[in-house]
Amino acid sequence: MSHLRPDIVERARELVSLYPEPRSALIPLCHLAQEQDGWLRPEAMEEIAALVGITAAEVRGTATFYDMLHTEPVGTYLVSICTNIACLLGGAEELLAHAEARLGVHAGGTTPDGRFTLEDAECLADCDRTPCVTVNHRYVGGLSIEELDALLDDLAAGRRSDEIPPHGTLVRVRRNGGLRVPLAQLAAERAAMAEAQADRARAAKDEEAAQAGAAGGSQGSEGRGTA
Amino acid sequence: MAVTDAPRIVTARMGFKDSHTLDRFLSTGGYDGLRKALSMTPEEVAAQVDAASLLGRGGAGFPAGRKWSMLRKDPVTYLVVNGDESEPATFKDHLLVERDPHQLVEGVLIAAYALQVTQAFIYLRGEFAFGLERLTQALNEAYDYGAVGQDIFGSGFSIDVVVHPGAGAYICGEETALLESLEGKRGFPRIKPPFFPAAIGLYGQPTVVNNVETMSNLPWIVLHGGAAFAALGEGRSTGTRLFALSGHVKRPGTYEVEMVKTTFRDLVYAPVYGGGVRGDREVKAFVPGGVSAPWFGPGQLDLPLGQDEVGNAGSMLGSGAITVMDASTCMVRAAWRITKFFARESCGQCTPCREGSGWLERVLRRIEHGGGREEDLELLLDASDNISPGLQWPPQQTTICVLGPSIPSSIHSAIDMFRDEFLVHIKEGRCPVA
Repeated sequence: MSHLRPDIVERARELVSLYPEPRSALIPLCHLAQEQDGWLRPEAMEEIAALVGITAAEVRGTATFYDMLHTEPVGTYLVSICTNIACLLGGAEELLAHAEARLGVHAGGTTPDGRFTLEDAECLADCDRTPCVTVNHRYVGGLSIEELDALLDDLAAGRRSDEIPPHGTLVRVRRNGGLRVPLAQLAAERAAMAEAQADRARAAKDEEAAQAGAAGGSQGSEGRGTA
Repeated sequence: MAVTDAPRIVTARMGFKDSHTLDRFLSTGGYDGLRKALSMTPEEVAAQVDAASLLGRGGAGFPAGRKWSMLRKDPVTYLVVNGDESEPATFKDHLLVERDPHQLVEGVLIAAYALQVTQAFIYLRGEFAFGLERLTQALNEAYDYGAVGQDIFGSGFSIDVVVHPGAGAYICGEETALLESLEGKRGFPRIKPPFFPAAIGLYGQPTVVNNVETMSNLPWIVLHGGAAFAALGEGRSTGTRLFALSGHVKRPGTYEVEMVKTTFRDLVYAPVYGGGVRGDREVKAFVPGGVSAPWFGPGQLDLPLGQDEVGNAGSMLGSGAITVMDASTCMVRAAWRITKFFARESCGQCTPCREGSGWLERVLRRIEHGGGREEDLELLLDASDNISPGLQWPPQQTTICVLGPSIPSSIHSAIDMFRDEFLVHIKEGRCPVA
């Protein structure tokens, strides 16, 4: 009995097929598993391992390297507050302290009801709107303390679910094109094209040499013919 | 104020609300550059990029044309686009991906054709969830339109492009770490030599790694010619470039400006750019090119935005991220926060970086929190010297990649420029500014 849902497995297989080597799909597959469970359950890591042809230990060993991949449960809403330099200058430390007090957890912690996980994030690359806040990796703008309070109220009441998908959902758009061209065919095409180019270059060179020969010593006197 | 009349090359469509759609793209010259490129030979396309002398826009500023020429000949080669924008205070690729994804796709296709690669990948940082959706949508449209995939526009050229999400790791912006990550592994940088991507890259095959902004310039360069691009800017710094302006300015944002003809002062004070410092306070210091770069003071505001000009002055334009700190900024706190970032993001392979970053962070933290010691400043410089011997610019390194030698930049700058401020923290246990 598969832990990952059939639709997730189907998408996983599609993703694996996009890459020359299956292991390349590891991170995308981890995102998919998180879309189902919110975090990487051991059973999910086992199945990902099988899908890309490595061991579950290798999946875990890789996943723990990355901040967005969670090997422990994460709240319904992952609230990330950037405190890096641009946001620091914009009051991020004060905003984070307020969020910690309001949610009753330190950065990195999850509220007892499992609703919110608070994160002291590194730069999220939205530095003209500070302090930068994301919820489930969706930008919600640079927020004042009052605006953050309003946002947390909204989330707690289940509002704004239209703009903020469930935690773990990375990409809602599915790829509809892809790998219509087998790599072996492409490599053969490239090789043929390179050969044709080499032929053209040789022909051009021959022609140049012939012209140089026809022009006699005048080219040589300009220093080209000595070699 | 020098605001030149240079054309907007990569932000031309940003005025439109629907700049990300295929309709808008096509009605504003979209995919014309690709069509033109396909009518030329791959060498002719590469020659135009070479003539443009387009410097890579990711951080290192290596000429794109030269990088391309170094690609080892092999039947299987790859193009990988670096969209792992994570250098703190850099948010230009974010804009390009979300607001003009088709322009990026077109640039990637032009490069793929010029280089005759087998497959192309666009690696976007995982935190760009919305950008990933926009780019995937654009790629879907491009496939349906016939701009990607089999026999593009009937040219006989075929290529597949894959959008690949990262999962949160600064180090994956380093090109060899990015390739490891794209292979489904931890983002550990590879040692160079021998692992120069152009020789041994993705899956051991020759690979070109280019930044998102570098790619986004290609449609314009092909349409208007490399010479037109090279006519903008000055010296080695040609064309326009995106600068991400943040911190204590009235109008933070991403601005496309002509290189060299514009100065830091123009960018910070011109009404169409930064509009001046908030509260009309003085600039105390600024980071000129991402937090890996040594800081500048008000005395350097008149430096031109050019790669060599800034390099010769002892720092770098790096990722194009300029962060302004006004008189109210505590420089101990700023240096501490930047160092904390490096300590968190060090991949852990090399001892000087892994251990050094954590040590430096703890010493800075205790100074900031009133527990500093007299000898701490020398300790900070000594530990920094162990990561980057001589604390010179450009930096020496004792590590596999340049994350390590980037750590001392802000520490060295802060102590050099604001030693008295550190001493007040240490001797009096308080901040003289805040």
